Amino acid sequence: MSIVVRSVSKRFGDFVAVDDVSLEVEGGSLTALLGPSGSGKSTLLRIIAGLEWPDSGEILLSERDATALAPQKRNVGFVFQHYAAFKHMTVRDNVAFGLKVRRRPKNEIRERVDELLNLVQLHGFGDRYPAQLSGGQRQRMSLARALAPEPQVLLLDEPFGALDARVRAELRDWLIRLHDVVHVTTVFVTHDQEEAMEVADQIAVLNHGRLEQVGPPRELYDEPASKFVMTFVGDANVIDGALVRPHDVELLTEPDEAAMEAMIVRVTILGRDAKVELHDDGGAEIVALLTRERFEELDLWRGQTVWVRPQRERVFTT
Amino acid sequence: MSRLGLRLLALAYLATILVAPLVIVFWRTFEDVGAAWDALSAPDTIHAFKLTLLITAIAVPVNTVFGIVCALAIVRRRFPGKGLLNAFIDLPLALSPVVVGLSLFLLYGREGWFGVWLGRHNIQFLFALPAMIVATIFVSLPFVAREVIPTLREVGDEQEQASRTLGAGGWQTFWRITLPSIRWAVIYGVILTTARSLGEYGAVAVVSGRIQGQTETATLRVEEQYEQFNLPGAYAISIVLALMAIVVLVAMTTIRPKETA
Repeated sequence: MSIVVRSVSKRFGDFVAVDDVSLEVEGGSLTALLGPSGSGKSTLLRIIAGLEWPDSGEILLSERDATALAPQKRNVGFVFQHYAAFKHMTVRDNVAFGLKVRRRPKNEIRERVDELLNLVQLHGFGDRYPAQLSGGQRQRMSLARALAPEPQVLLLDEPFGALDARVRAELRDWLIRLHDVVHVTTVFVTHDQEEAMEVADQIAVLNHGRLEQVGPPRELYDEPASKFVMTFVGDANVIDGALVRPHDVELLTEPDEAAMEAMIVRVTILGRDAKVELHDDGGAEIVALLTRERFEELDLWRGQTVWVRPQRERVFTT
Repeated sequence: MSRLGLRLLALAYLATILVAPLVIVFWRTFEDVGAAWDALSAPDTIHAFKLTLLITAIAVPVNTVFGIVCALAIVRRRFPGKGLLNAFIDLPLALSPVVVGLSLFLLYGREGWFGVWLGRHNIQFLFALPAMIVATIFVSLPFVAREVIPTLREVGDEQEQASRTLGAGGWQTFWRITLPSIRWAVIYGVILTTARSLGEYGAVAVVSGRIQGQTETATLRVEEQYEQFNLPGAYAISIVLALMAIVVLVAMTTIRPKETA
């Protein structure tokens, strides 16, 4: 079930939250809306869900105009950052909610809830209240709740934002596996580029309410369309006004015509890579990422003077 | 030592101000049980209690619905005049009930704005049940809204949004999500409204005309017995009123549990 966002804009007073954004999400895909806070990613997601109204533009769900539809008529599942668990209901009743309001037969509800509790590994927790669950369990419960009515689209608003790093990584893996099992079109909002790269098969990068670039993670990293995307998705050095990825910075121990002199100020071994931080003669910081083999081969040490040769420089006008 | 002293002082103060009058009323009643029973079983007394309960039974639901609607409007909606509404809700707390009674008198009296219309249609408002109900609704109006507003703020609207995305409409969301999450505040407000309605005297005294056996409520009956020097009767009716209030208060403290959810 596809999602089409067509020139959607939304203001809150003077603040332009979403600025003429058009985006297509293919049915069955797993898309990330990535951007810093205030970039409009959550507002866009809420507009798709019908929780906010766009000032202009259209939303199409499965090729049907949904712009004027109330949220309860859109058949979307929504997962909130802070779970939005129904506190006065048991886990079972939370998950059953969407089926109960649709007046499905009781035994069908029971079967579906059991199936979902198994899927999110909460069997045996059905009679607990949300307050008796951990953050990760609560978020899995709200996922099950969102999936129960078999939505055509699953929307997640910073779903792992309130969780600690370990649970976050766990749930991330788990969401990918879940998406392999339940092929529902999924859009999630995150400000964490690593999370977006790891989970999504398509990333839409937003900044100041505008869509900067859409594409597969690799394309965003290898062929960034703007300076913002290059610096927000992955790290980048600024050398002579051009942007260079740290692993595209070549270090030489001998002087070279095309190279710039710099001094090593810090060396960090990161497993199979080595991170070398340098200062050029102007004092500007440069980070180079080398394979361990290359690093050993060059035999670098702190305080050493080396020559920096950027490999793939990029210059953006915007 | 000083903490103990402070505690004793507080207890002594409460005992003098709150407990002593209650105890003395109880004690006086049981000095003359026969006279107390006579006063309680008099038809006019029974009528007075029935009237009090009837007025309460009407005022409490009206104020409960109004209070919840008001609280929802104030917390969840934006509209012009919201601040004014918020301020007006507290008016009955600030205003003396006698003033409320007098203003109703002016409004619904023969010369009043509504009074002329009522007179033309032969509707008996003043010195009858309608005026007493309106007076009681007025004085007990703020409690439900004042209890519900902070709870509604604290709960937030994410659960309601979640309910909408799960397919529930406005009414379903209200009954299944909003109301259950504010239920203790509503119950608390209902109890306070009930206690206030049962005990209302001033406004009702002005608009009822105090006709024995007709527009005399339990509180008015106490006053009437007292003025006729039937002290055991006044005490006995007071005790029943006090017991009703105590039952309501005990219900309030026991009903509000430590919620697990």
